[in-house]
Parts: sequence; C-alpha cells; structure tokens
Amino acid sequence: MRWALAGGVVALLALPAVLSSYAVTLFILIFFYGFLGQAWNIVGGYAGQLSAGHAAFVGVGGYTATMLSIELGLTPWVGMLVGGALAALLGAIIGYLGFRFGLRGFYFVLLTVAFAEICRVGVSNIDALGGPLGLYITFTGDPRQFQFQDGRAYYYIALALMLLATLTAWAIERRRFGIYLAAIREDEAAAEALGVNAFKYKMLAMVVSSFLTGLGGTFYAFYLFSLQPNTLFGIPLSVEIIIRPIVGGAGTLLGPILGSFILTPLAEISRLYLGQGGYHGAHLIAYGVLLIAVVLFLPEGAYPRLRRALARRAGEAR
Amino acid sequence: MSLLEARGLAKRFGGLQAVAGLDLEVGRGEMHGLIGPNGAGKTTVFNLLSGFLVPDAGEIVLNGRSIVGLAPHAICRLGLARTFQIVRPFPRMTVLENVRVGALVRYPRASEALARARDVVARVGLGPRERVPAGALTLADRKRLELARALATDPALLLLDEVMAGLNPTEIETIIGLIRSIHESGVSILLIEHNMRAVMALSQRIVVLSFGERIAEGAPADIANHPKVVEAYLGEEYVRAAPA
Amino acid sequence: MLQGVVSGLLFGGVYSLMAVGLTLIFGVMRVVNFAHGDMMVWGMYLAYVLAARAGVDPYVSFLVCAAALFALGLGVQRGLVDRIVDAPHEMQILLMLGVALVLENVALLAFGPEPTRVRSPLASATLWLGPVFVDVARLVTFLVAVALTTALWAFLFRTDLGRTIRAAADNTYGALVIGTDVRRVYAVAFGVGAACVGAAGALVSPILPFQPPTGLSLSVASFNIVIIGGMGSLLGAFVGGLLVSLAESLGAVFLKPSLKELFSFSLLIVILLFRPAGLFGRRSA
Repeated sequence: MRWALAGGVVALLALPAVLSSYAVTLFILIFFYGFLGQAWNIVGGYAGQLSAGHAAFVGVGGYTATMLSIELGLTPWVGMLVGGALAALLGAIIGYLGFRFGLRGFYFVLLTVAFAEICRVGVSNIDALGGPLGLYITFTGDPRQFQFQDGRAYYYIALALMLLATLTAWAIERRRFGIYLAAIREDEAAAEALGVNAFKYKMLAMVVSSFLTGLGGTFYAFYLFSLQPNTLFGIPLSVEIIIRPIVGGAGTLLGPILGSFILTPLAEISRLYLGQGGYHGAHLIAYGVLLIAVVLFLPEGAYPRLRRALARRAGEAR
Repeated sequence: MSLLEARGLAKRFGGLQAVAGLDLEVGRGEMHGLIGPNGAGKTTVFNLLSGFLVPDAGEIVLNGRSIVGLAPHAICRLGLARTFQIVRPFPRMTVLENVRVGALVRYPRASEALARARDVVARVGLGPRERVPAGALTLADRKRLELARALATDPALLLLDEVMAGLNPTEIETIIGLIRSIHESGVSILLIEHNMRAVMALSQRIVVLSFGERIAEGAPADIANHPKVVEAYLGEEYVRAAPA
Repeated sequence: MLQGVVSGLLFGGVYSLMAVGLTLIFGVMRVVNFAHGDMMVWGMYLAYVLAARAGVDPYVSFLVCAAALFALGLGVQRGLVDRIVDAPHEMQILLMLGVALVLENVALLAFGPEPTRVRSPLASATLWLGPVFVDVARLVTFLVAVALTTALWAFLFRTDLGRTIRAAADNTYGALVIGTDVRRVYAVAFGVGAACVGAAGALVSPILPFQPPTGLSLSVASFNIVIIGGMGSLLGAFVGGLLVSLAESLGAVFLKPSLKELFSFSLLIVILLFRPAGLFGRRSA
C-alpha cells in the first residue's frame, strides 16, 4: 500500500511535464479542493463535528493575506500564515461557543452556517474590504508576491498543500489525538468516562482544521486574483469543501483525495457542458443528488468500500 | 483514610428528589454493593460520583481530594472508572481499539497503549475476539468489553452498573469470577446489581437505597433479612436467597 | 414604529405556519428538515406559475400549492428519509442538505436567479385601521395563516389520525407497540409539514420578492422560531413565529436592509447558545 502511495506521489510530481495546460489547471483544482477537504476532514470526519461553514475560514485567510499585501505590501507567503492564524482564531471562537454550550449535530451545523453567513454579509457591507464587489489583485508575476507566470508553479504549490494536509491528518490519526477523536465521534460520553477530554480535543481539531483551511484562502485569492465575499464565504464553497470527503469517505486518510479525484473532473465537465446561459450551478444539483445517494447507499464513502473490495480481491488471488 | 467518601449527596430533577442526603464510603481494596428497587437512584449516584451530574449538595472526596464539579474525564484520570448500565461500546472500533482508548490514560503513546490493551483484553477473556468490531459482539462480550475498557484506565475504584443484567446463568458465573479476580488484584469496587445472589457473594458490605435515601447498610447476611430492606422490595423473593 | 409592530405581527402568521410545519416534522420524526425553506420557495414558484399561466390568484391557489408540497413531502419521506430512520443523525442532516441543494438548484435552473414576485390585485390595496395603515395582502395572509394553523390544530387534536401522529411524536416506541403504522404516520407528518410551507409560500408570494437562494434565509428563520419556541412544541412554534417576525420587523426599522440577514443569523447564534438545557445537564443550577 505504501509503495502504491509513494508511486502515486512521484507520478504526480512528474506529471506536469506531459500535461496540457488545461489538464494542469484541472489538477490544480483537484489538489486544492482535496486540500480543503482534507483540512475539513480533521474536524468533520475524524472528530465527527459536521461543519457546513468552513468557507468562512477560506474567506478570512484570503482576505487577510490580500489586505496585508495591498495595504502593507506584505508578501503573501507570510500573509498566508497570518491569514491561517486568524482563521484559526475564528475556528477557536466557533469551537468554543459550540462545544462549551453543548451544541451537537444539527445545532452545531447551524452555528457554523450562521457564522459563515455573518462573515459573508458583514464583509459585503464593509467598503474598506471592497464591499460586495470584492478585491482585485494586480498581476505582477512576482514569485515573492505569490504570483507566477507558469501555471505549473501553482500545480506544485497545490500539491504541496494537499500533501501537507494529508500528512497532518496522518500524524493525527496514528497518535492519541486521532484515537481520542475517533472515540469522541463514536460516543462522546463513553469517551469522557474513559478519560478523554472531549472539549479539548474537539477544540484542537477545530483549530488545526481552520488554520489549514485559512492557508487555502490565500492560495485561492492569489490564484484567481480576485475575491468576492459571496464566493469566498458562501455556502456553495462550503458545499464544495465537504462533498469530496463525504463522498470519498469522511474520517479516512485517502477519502478526501479520492473524492476530489472523482468529483472535481465531474464538476468541471458539467460546468463545461451544462454551464450555458450563465448558469453554472448545474453541478450543484449533481452534488445534491450525490449527497443523497451516498447517504442512502454508501454512508461510509467510496474509499472504505474500495479498500474492502480490493482486500477481497487480494484474498481471492491467493 | 478511605478511598472514596461521599457525604450528604443530594440531587433533584424538577419535582423529583432522586438522591437525598446520602453518605457513602468505600475503603481501599474493598468491594461494596449498592442495591435498591428500580428508581431508587442508584445510577444517579454513579452519575454523581463519576462527574456526569453535578450534585445540588454534598461532598465527594476521592483519595483525599474533592472531586465535586470535576469533569468525568478528570475524575477518570484521578482513578475512578465506571461502566454504563446500557453498554456503550465504540461500535466501529475493534475490541482491542476500544480498550486502547482506556489504556491511553496511563500510556499516552499509542503503541504502548495498544500493548497494555492487549493484556487487558486477554485478561477478561476476549483475546480470541480482539479484532472483532465491537458492534458485532454478543451482549455478554459487550459487557466484558465495557469492563475491560474501564479496567484499562488503571482505576483505584471501579463503579460497575448492573454488569450482569441480561446475562444467562453461565455468563453470570464467568463475570462473577472476573470481578472477583479484578478485586483481588487490588482494585476497589462498588457495584450496582439486581442479581442478589451475585451481590451477596461478592460484596463485603452492602448499601441499600430506596427513593434516594440510604435505608440500610451492613454485611450481606445482615441485609438479607433487614426489615426495611424487605419492605422496600415488598413482594420480591430475592432478598431471602441464601448467600453462595 | 407602531407600523413596524403591526406589519411584523401580520407577517408573523406566515412565520408561524412555517414553524409549525417544521415542528411537526421534527416532533414526529426527529428529522431536521434543512430543505424547509427551499420547499417554501417551491411553493412560491408554484403560485407564480399558476398565477402567470392560469391566472389563479395566490390567495386561492395556496390550497393547490399545499397539496403539491404535501405530495413532495410524502415522496421525500417515503423515498428517502424512511430509509435512514435508524442511521446516525449526521446522515440525516446530510440527506436533507442534499435535498435542499437539489431543490434550490433545480429552481435556479428552471426559473433563473432573478427575484420575482407574484402579481395579485390585493397586493397593492391598503386599509386604514386606526393610526396605522395595513397592507390588505398582509392582513389576508395573516388571517389565512391563522385559519390554516387552526385547521391543523383541529386535525392534530380532534381527529384520530392527528392523535396518532401526536402519539408517535410523544413516544414512537409505544406507538409501535400498540400497532400504529408508524411509517404511514411519518409520511403524513412530513407531508403535512411540507404542505404548511407550500401554503405559506403561496400566501407570501405577492408580498415578498423571492429567488432560489431565499430558501436558506427562510430555513434559518424557521429554525430560529422553532428553537426559540422549544423544539417539538407546536404552540411554541406558533407564538415564536409571531415574536420572531416582530423582532425582525423592528430590526428592519432600525437597520439597513442588507443587515437584516446579519441580524437573523446573529439572533440564531444567540438562540442556539442560550436555548433551554439539552439532555446531558451536567451544569447544575
């Protein structure tokens, strides 16, 4: 298994040499959404705390780095970290309110949605942040300002981010932190009775998840050269973030990645063929249907099912 | 100094006084029984002791330290572990993984916790079913798992809540033996049970609860024919069963 | 400001209807209908289509909308929700989120993103009642909403099926034990809950401009009300509807319109944090 993964990573590293620039763009999206999905996975999958407002962290991260770059000329490489830290702060606030006040299940979902929407409407109404039209970044092509002429640079950065999130999840999974999160997900009260400080670990998961997601905000902003509050804080982005790990397998290491490899090309295809007349949301219908289908037929996601099928195949091959 | 001392414990739910002015004491290395008719407040007492409920009044001292108001996880770390009346396994984890969660309290490194969990699992007799997902176990095995998990936290005091409910006579015998061996290894135990034979056989002292109050306390033989106890269990024959 | 109060109260009839529908679904099945607002938007679009194509006034067509949404609710329950009654709550949340996504985006595809409103002769009529002037549309909406809620109350408290539904809501296991066809009860409850918003949507369509994304704000408003009123309490939902509508109306008097959403969501957070104590009650008084 490890060999397959290592091989996969090497292949991905070498790929840009042979891909068309459109394909490179596709892979950038696959990696980027895989990254965001993996970051979400830490709190939504492993800890089992469903957040439907993760776009807020993308927004906070992106706007912070952008404003620091525009106003102070601070390089986004550093701005990214500041953005991540602020996103982590927001995550800590939401986590604190949610977990201290005992919000579980759908109450927690509502809390996260409420915060994301407040951020969206709030930022839309602040002219200093560009109001509803948002901010634009002038193209300079300067790598020190996180801008590149060559699309392949973004490819490698997005890949690096996805690997970063995955390694983080892997490190968490095999340690006490991850085991405790799984216990909390299965039965929080029983976990408490066994010495698990549920509040502390849920908070940690939330902070790590929101920090990583915040990093992604900077990438998003400087890749697209523009930010709008409706896009960066909105529900459609939150849906994009959660659908890949859910379809691929929440709480598993490769689930979000598999989910992104499956869904991102699908979304792009539907955007191309169904996006006529200015309506680009057809793929959201597909997402909705997929979400329903996954819940009904494949609740643990594609990856666990795949793993079992492969294991059975390996067993039969003997 | 006793291991656990509770004085004047009280808890009210709306109009119902679930526990009223209860005193309880468990010395080191002792095994006590807590009995009483349904609704007497026994599980509420466990919830108060283990931190799942905060008492309206009273003191709880564990190893000389007050634990009122502490969170359940903190109380567990201080050496008090409990099982639940309706077992709560982590269904998608294996038996071994379940027990590992408990072991992590004393062995924070995942690999060491796993090794320790393996020992505990073998000890309770679930060795052959180490890798079975907890959701697939029989009730008797789930009870053993619940016991193993709590045991893995290396408690000084173990609260067992109706561990024998729903088990057949053979399974009960096995669990009695297991509890006895745990006790002999130095763990103090407080058990809630309806199975009178088992309570009489295991306990050194028995506390009887009725409507949230302690109505009797003493050695099994004294309790068996205590008039107040008989009255509380009015109509039931269990109390007359001879100790094993 | 009195104007605001009166407007708010009148609109509250609709909020109450929405909230009662949500409570019914939650109370009986413990399912949180995330698609509640989106279903209401479909009620609105249906009223729009009936008005535009068949010239039927929404104050008449609301019955048709209610019936159509009843069928939708029934279908969703039977086809989807029924299959996951025993699954963990997260699954149920995700399922309804999926339904919401589908409803909202199919509406977007079918009707486009521009805000619409239904034309009704009543919409521009106004009355003077003492010191305030009253939108006839709102008044009629309020009266019809109250009438519907009363009818619902009568259904739940006076008919056998209604009593069965309440019994299943109180104690599902007990209802099963006495042989209730619980699945049928669930389906009817969901259907009636959806019918409520179908009617509410039609009633409100001349007053409130709507577009597919409106679904989310309506869902949030419903949750606000239901949580304030106490999850599962029908009376609470009714009173809560009036209260929240009042609060929003007063808020609109003092705040910029674009901040209205901010207000709703902030209210939701406050309510979530300070709602009546949950099940585990570790924090003793």
